[in-house]
Amino acid sequence: MFRVTNQPIDLNELVQYVTDPEAGAIVPFIGTTRNNNEGRKVIALDYEAYPEMAEKELVRIGDDAQKKWPICKIAIVHRLGPVQIGEASVIIVVSAAHRDAAFAASRFAIEEIKKTVPIWKKEVFEGGEVWIGTQTGQPLSALK
Amino acid sequence: MKVKVKFFAILRERAGAAEVLKEISDGCTIGDLWRQLQKDYPKLDVPGIRLLYAVNQNYVGPDYVLREQDEVVFIPPVSGG
Repeated sequence: MFRVTNQPIDLNELVQYVTDPEAGAIVPFIGTTRNNNEGRKVIALDYEAYPEMAEKELVRIGDDAQKKWPICKIAIVHRLGPVQIGEASVIIVVSAAHRDAAFAASRFAIEEIKKTVPIWKKEVFEGGEVWIGTQTGQPLSALK
Repeated sequence: MKVKVKFFAILRERAGAAEVLKEISDGCTIGDLWRQLQKDYPKLDVPGIRLLYAVNQNYVGPDYVLREQDEVVFIPPVSGG
C-alpha cells in the first residue's frame, strides 16, 4: 500500500494491511509535525506533492526494501495539505519474520522518502513561512 | 512541438501558475527548456536552488531530449517526511 492522501492517516489500516501469518514482527514508524524548527516556533505545516510521481517513488522504495531485506509486507502513506502540530505526516509499517529486517527496512524507507519523493513541506512559523530545503523564505514583514 | 510543464511548491508560487504548455524546437533538452522558462518567468531564477528534472514521472538528467507531449517537472529540493 503506497499512497499520498489529504486525509488523516489511519495507523490501524496500515497495520492490518501488513499483518501476515509468516511475520514475527510489525514495525510502525510515525513521522509527526513538530512545534519548533531551527529556533523557530512552528504554527503549522503544509505539504504539497507531485502526486503521480510521489506514489511511483513510494512503490519503488517498497520494491527496493523487498530486495534488500526479507520482509513480508510494507505500507507507506504520506499526508498532504495542512497538517496540525503533533499529527502524523507520514506512516510506514513493515512486517517481517524477524525484527531486524523490519527495523532496517523502516529506517531505509523514511531516509529514501526524504531524498527522492517529490513532496515539499512549507513551514508556517511566527513571523513568516518557508519552503523547507530551499532557504528562500521571506519574513512576512519583508513582503509588505 | 509542445510539452506540458507542471510547477510545484516554490516554483509554482514563483511562476504564478501550476501548469503551462510550452512550444519547443526539435532537439530541445530539459536543461534548455529550464533556461527558456527562466526568461518567460524571471522569478523562477531562485538563487542557489538545486533542481532535479523529471519527465513523465521519472527522474532524468539535464541532457534529456524532450519529445512531443512530454510531462515535464522541475523538482526543487524535496522535504517530505
